Amino acid sequence: MGLAGLLARRNVIFMLMSVEVMLNAAGLAFVVAGSQWGQADGQVMFLFILTMAAAEVSVGLALILQLYHRHKSLDADAASEMKG
Amino acid sequence: MFGLIWLIPAIPLASFAILATLGSRLPARAVAALGVGSIAGSTAIAIAVASQFLQMQTPVTQVLWTWIHVDGFRPEIAFYLDALSVLMTVVITFVSLLIHIYSVEFMRGLEGYSRFFAYMNLFVASMVTLVLANNLLLLYLGWEGVGLCSFLLIGFWYQDPNNGAAARKAFIVTRVGDTAMALGLFLIFSSLGTLDIQEAMRRAGGQWSVGSGIAIAASALLLGGAVGKSAQLPLQTWLPDAMAGPTPTSALIHAATMVTAGVYLIARTHMLFLLAPPIQSAVAILGTATMLMAGFSAMTQSDIKRVLAYSTMSQIGYMFLALGVGAWSAAIFHFMTHAFFKALLFLAAGVVIEALHHEHNIHRMGGLRRALPIAYWPFLIGGSALAGLPLITAGFYSKDLILAQTLNASARLWTVGILGVLLTSFYTYRLIALVFFGDMRTPVTRTFGAAIRIPILVLALLSIVGGFANVPDFLRTALPVASESHTAEVASGMAAAIAFAVGLCFAYLFFIRRPDVAQAIARNPAANALGRLWHAGWGFDWLYDRVFVRPVVWLADAGKRDFIDSISSGLADLSAAANRALSDTQTGQLRWYAAGIAAGSLVFVAIALFL
Repeated sequence: MGLAGLLARRNVIFMLMSVEVMLNAAGLAFVVAGSQWGQADGQVMFLFILTMAAAEVSVGLALILQLYHRHKSLDADAASEMKG
Repeated sequence: MFGLIWLIPAIPLASFAILATLGSRLPARAVAALGVGSIAGSTAIAIAVASQFLQMQTPVTQVLWTWIHVDGFRPEIAFYLDALSVLMTVVITFVSLLIHIYSVEFMRGLEGYSRFFAYMNLFVASMVTLVLANNLLLLYLGWEGVGLCSFLLIGFWYQDPNNGAAARKAFIVTRVGDTAMALGLFLIFSSLGTLDIQEAMRRAGGQWSVGSGIAIAASALLLGGAVGKSAQLPLQTWLPDAMAGPTPTSALIHAATMVTAGVYLIARTHMLFLLAPPIQSAVAILGTATMLMAGFSAMTQSDIKRVLAYSTMSQIGYMFLALGVGAWSAAIFHFMTHAFFKALLFLAAGVVIEALHHEHNIHRMGGLRRALPIAYWPFLIGGSALAGLPLITAGFYSKDLILAQTLNASARLWTVGILGVLLTSFYTYRLIALVFFGDMRTPVTRTFGAAIRIPILVLALLSIVGGFANVPDFLRTALPVASESHTAEVASGMAAAIAFAVGLCFAYLFFIRRPDVAQAIARNPAANALGRLWHAGWGFDWLYDRVFVRPVVWLADAGKRDFIDSISSGLADLSAAANRALSDTQTGQLRWYAAGIAAGSLVFVAIALFL
């Protein structure tokens, strides 16, 4: 669902949220797998994902602010001037 | 004094080196001082050497050093001074000096001022080397040097692609002749074992019999070089296009000096031509044919400089005729007077062109007699010398000498020569009538200073008094003396005078008295077609384009598309196509990239799971 949102949305904020959904889904999968096999590694991995997601959101939001300053729009397709 | 001979080419060469390296940083005044000063130095030394030579009358050789020493092959950097090379050197340096002075004002303010003087100095150095060289290899060095300068100066205004094309044409066409000449040098060295001119001539006289195959081959190959450089049939097509260069260049290189290098070469190696009578008569016939062809072409040209270019070809034709009939010194005499009056005509033409704001077309000139006396009188004097106005102009004496000695050799060639006089007189006075008489069609926009006036006046003076110099007598130590017959000289002089007068009358009739008659003739379809043929120089350009240029271009094209090239160019095409395909995927749209990453990871997960 996260991936579908990422691909379908054009608003960058929604795309960022979709990325968060994907990260959480991956974390959930880790936790489930950890409890299935009775190992703590899954929960450790989730903590890592949590910190990484926090960092990613801060960077992502900064980028979104820059994008908005440049293009006065949150449309990801507007930032396509690097087209080959 | 003879120890200073080497300075005659060395000073302009040094000045060239300075101008070529530092010229663009020097102020224009310094460039002019250096360019003219170096030639003045050479001229002074040349005249001093000549005056000492006049007292001694014996040839001098100055050896500087051995150039190459390989197994018997020992050309030296050495200069040989005899009556022939003294005369050539003095005329060349002196005319160059006048033209350099003229250029100081003529080229002022134009882009490439220092470049122009650098090339001109290099030209003088090469030309003097050519003339003074004691061996054929050094002569060849000068020969190629002047060819290079000719190329550089024809293409001087390189921004116009037409000038570049004219320069390349001149270079390539003369290269055909130069190749023949190089082969001739190989032949002479391999059979005579030396390239020293005097020694080779002595050995040739001893070893080769008259009319032997090797003498014919050697002299024919040298003749090939001479016709290329001197713009004679069949390698004459480059000279009219060479007029794309600046006017002082046309005056110095393409009228007075370089184009007569072929005449000098034949006179210098006259021994070989005496050993090959068929080639010597070929020289006479080529010269006569060129003279006629160029004379007819000159009658129909509309560009003032092209008229003069064709007339240069036809006058060099006279020199070749003289060489061919054994009138060696008459040819050199005509070279000298021609250098004076043709340089004069070109400098005056430069004045006309400048004054009318770069107008070349003589049909848009006219009525300049009052407005431009500084061009009118020189044109009248130079033109009369060119046409051979009897008794007072230099051109009459030199041309008459050639014709008189031709009459001794062959009546048929003489008749054609007289016809040539008629043509010369006609086209010369046609030019003068169109430019200086009639109505004024373009206003004069410029005045001229002393630097332009003085060289013109000096050359005008020389065009008259130059004929009274007894050049043939001076040359008797260097060239064989032709038999003279006084009655032939008088008869031929009379005939030439009559031909001159007829040409003058026709020109007067057609272009001043009754222009309507000339126009009626021009409207006649047959005459019109003939006129167009002559205007195009007898269609030689067209012919050479079809016979040589296009097949070679086609071959080069075909060669470019062969199998080997298709591999390398195929590789290049492939990577270009791959580049295009890959750059199409870079759409700049973030979501496509994300989709690409997702699809890629799906594929890898699938591979990991199912394989």
